[in-house]
Amino acid sequence: MTALELAPYRDAAPLEVRDLACRRGERLILEGVEFSVPPGRALILRAPNGAGKTTLLRAVARLTPPVRGTISLSPERMTWFGHADGVKAQLTVTENLDFWARVHGSDTIAPALAAFRLEDLADRPAAYLSAGQRRRLGLARLLVARRPVWLLDEPTVSLDSATVATFARVVGAHLAAGGLALIATHIPLGLDEEDVLDVTPFRARENAERAHDPFLDAGFAPMAGARDGTAQDGETRP
Amino acid sequence: MMALLGRDLALALRSGGGFGLSLAFFLIVVVFVPFGVGPDTEVLARIAPGVLWIAALLSCLLSLDRIFQLDWEDGSLDALVMAPLPLEGVVAMKALAHWLTTGLPLTVIAPLLGVLLDLPGPAAPWVFLSLLVGTPALSLLGAFGAALTVGIRRGGLLLSLLVMPLYIPTLIFGALTASRAGEGLDFLTPFALLGGVTLLAAALIPFAAAAALRINLR
Amino acid sequence: MSIWEYANPVRFMRLSDRVLPWLAALSAIVMLVALVWGFFFTPDDYRQGSTVKIIFIHVPAAMIAINAWVMMLVASLIWLVRRHHVSALAAKAAAPVGAVMTMIALVTGAVWGEPMWGTWWAWDPRLTSFLILFLFYLGYIALWAAIDNPDTAADLTSVLAIVGSVFAVLSRYAALIWNQGLHQGASLSMDRAEHVADVFYYPLVTAIVGFILLFVTLVVLRTRTEIRARRLRALLARESRE
Repeated sequence: MTALELAPYRDAAPLEVRDLACRRGERLILEGVEFSVPPGRALILRAPNGAGKTTLLRAVARLTPPVRGTISLSPERMTWFGHADGVKAQLTVTENLDFWARVHGSDTIAPALAAFRLEDLADRPAAYLSAGQRRRLGLARLLVARRPVWLLDEPTVSLDSATVATFARVVGAHLAAGGLALIATHIPLGLDEEDVLDVTPFRARENAERAHDPFLDAGFAPMAGARDGTAQDGETRP
Repeated sequence: MMALLGRDLALALRSGGGFGLSLAFFLIVVVFVPFGVGPDTEVLARIAPGVLWIAALLSCLLSLDRIFQLDWEDGSLDALVMAPLPLEGVVAMKALAHWLTTGLPLTVIAPLLGVLLDLPGPAAPWVFLSLLVGTPALSLLGAFGAALTVGIRRGGLLLSLLVMPLYIPTLIFGALTASRAGEGLDFLTPFALLGGVTLLAAALIPFAAAAALRINLR
Repeated sequence: MSIWEYANPVRFMRLSDRVLPWLAALSAIVMLVALVWGFFFTPDDYRQGSTVKIIFIHVPAAMIAINAWVMMLVASLIWLVRRHHVSALAAKAAAPVGAVMTMIALVTGAVWGEPMWGTWWAWDPRLTSFLILFLFYLGYIALWAAIDNPDTAADLTSVLAIVGSVFAVLSRYAALIWNQGLHQGASLSMDRAEHVADVFYYPLVTAIVGFILLFVTLVVLRTRTEIRARRLRALLARESRE
C-alpha cells in the first residue's frame, strides 16, 4: 500500500465545544458537554448504546439544534456520515460520487476512488456492490466534500478488517492534512492521533431534565388515583 | 443544483416505479370513466376536461412519497442538509424533477387521451395549456406534503389526505379553464388565476417544505 | 404579571381548574336560554315557517367552525414563535371541536336546505367552502395523530396550519368563481338593512355567545387532557430511563 496524501486544508482551526446541552426528541439527553479537538487529531466517542453519541454528533452538526452551549466551528466546515450511507443503488459508483463532488464544487473524484480502492468498480451500478464495497463508496463522499471536520457515526459497521484498515488510513491522511474528526465507534481504528471521550458522565441530571421539560414540573396536581388533593375532585367535573 | 436535478431525473428514469407507472395509471383512470358513466359521447364530451384534470391529479399523487422518502431512508437527506445548497433550493429542484417526470408527461399525453372521451376540439389545446401551467403547483404542494410526512412509516395515505385539500384551487381553476374553452366561454380569468396559484405555490412552498424537513431531521 | 405566565402548563392547570366549572355552568345556562328562546318564543317566518329556527344552531356552529380554525392558526403561530406548549396543545385540542362544528353546520344546513331549496345538498360556494374546511380539519387532525414525537407534531401541524390557511382562503374564492350560489346573504352584518329581523336577532346573538362559551369550555377541557397526556408521557419516559 502506498502512503495516502491529501491536499492540506486551508485555515485549520480547532473544534471547541463548551457547555453543550442536547436533546433527542423532546428529552434532554446530555448536558455540560465540553471538549476540544485541535487540527490533526481525532476524538473517539465511547459510551454504551443509547447514551447519546449520535445525539451529540447531530448536535455538533446542528442537524438537531443544541439546547444550549457553543460550538466554535460552523456546520459549513463539517461533513456528516451516519448509519445510512446515502448510496443510490440505481446509479453507478462514479455517478454516486460525481453527484456529491458537484454539490460540493469539487472537480475530481479520482483521489477518492483510489483511496477507497474503488477504481475497478467505477462503472458498476451500486446495486451490484457488496455491503462492504457499498460502505466504502459511502465513505468516499467524505473525501470529495473536502471539509476539515468529519463527523462519523459508527462508520465501521459492516466493514471487514481489511476495509477498516483502509478507512483508518484515509482518516490518518485526513488528520495529517490538518483535518479533524469526531468518531462514534466501538471498533478501535488504531489511529496514532486519537483521544477518547466517554460521553456517559455528561448524561443529563434529573433536575436539568426537569428544568428542560415543563411537563416534569413538580407543581402538577397529583395524577388520577391519588387521593390526597382537593384539586383532584374538581378535575373530573365537566 | 443542476447536479441534484440530474441525479433525481436519473433515479426516476432508472427505477421501475415513477415515470411509466403514473402514465399508465392516468390511462387506466381515463379508460374507466366511460365504463362508469356510459359510452354516450355527448356526456363524455361535457365531462372530458374535468375527468382529464382529476385523472392527472390522482396520477400525480402516486409518486409524491418518493420525493423525500428514499433520501431520508438512506441518509442522503442528512448529507444534503449539510451540503452547501440552500434547503429551499433542494426542495424546489426536487419538485421540478417530480414535475418533469410526472406532470409534464401527463400534460403531453392528456390531449391524446382526450380523443377517448370525445374531448371537444377547441378544449384540447386548453387542456394542454391548463395542465402545463397547473401541474407544477401539484408537484410543489406534493413536495410540501412529502416533507411533512417524511418521518412517518407508510405515510402515503396520510400524504394524500394532507395534499388533496391543497389541490382544490388548482383543480377548480384548471378544469374551469379547459371546460369553458370547450364551451366557448371566457376562460382567461380562471387561466390567469390558475397561473397565480402556481406562482404563489412556487413562492411559498419551498420555504414551508424546507422548514418541515428541518423539523423532521431533528 | 404578563399573560404568558399562563402558558406554563402548571399555572394553566391551576387556573383552568378553578375557572372550568364556572365556565361550563355559564355556557350551559346561556345555551339553554338561547335555544328555548329561539325555538319557542320567536314567531314563524312568513315564508320559511318554523324551519327558520334551525338558524339558532346553524349560524353559531358555522361561525365557530371558521373561528376555531383562526384560533388554531394563532395558537400555532404562538407556538412557533414563543414555544409555549399550552399554545400548541390548545391548537390540537381545538381541531376536533372545530371539525364537529363544521359537521353540525353542514348537517343543519342540509336539514334546512331540503324544505327551502328542495335539495339536501347544492354545490353552492358557501356549502362547498365548509366542506373544504372540513377536509382541512381532517388533514390537520390526521397529521397530529400520525407523528409520535409531540414537539415535532406540534411544529409540523403548525406549518400545515399556516399553509393550509392560505390555501383554504384560496379555495373559498375559487369556489365563488366556480359556481354562483343560492345561499341567502349574511345573517348578521354591520349593515342593518341586510341582516335578519330583530325578533330573531337577539336570540341569535345569545346563541352565538352560548356557542362561544361552549367552544372555550371544550377547548380548555381538552387542553387539560392533552397536558395530562404529555405529563404522563414525560414521566414514563423518565422512569424507563434506568
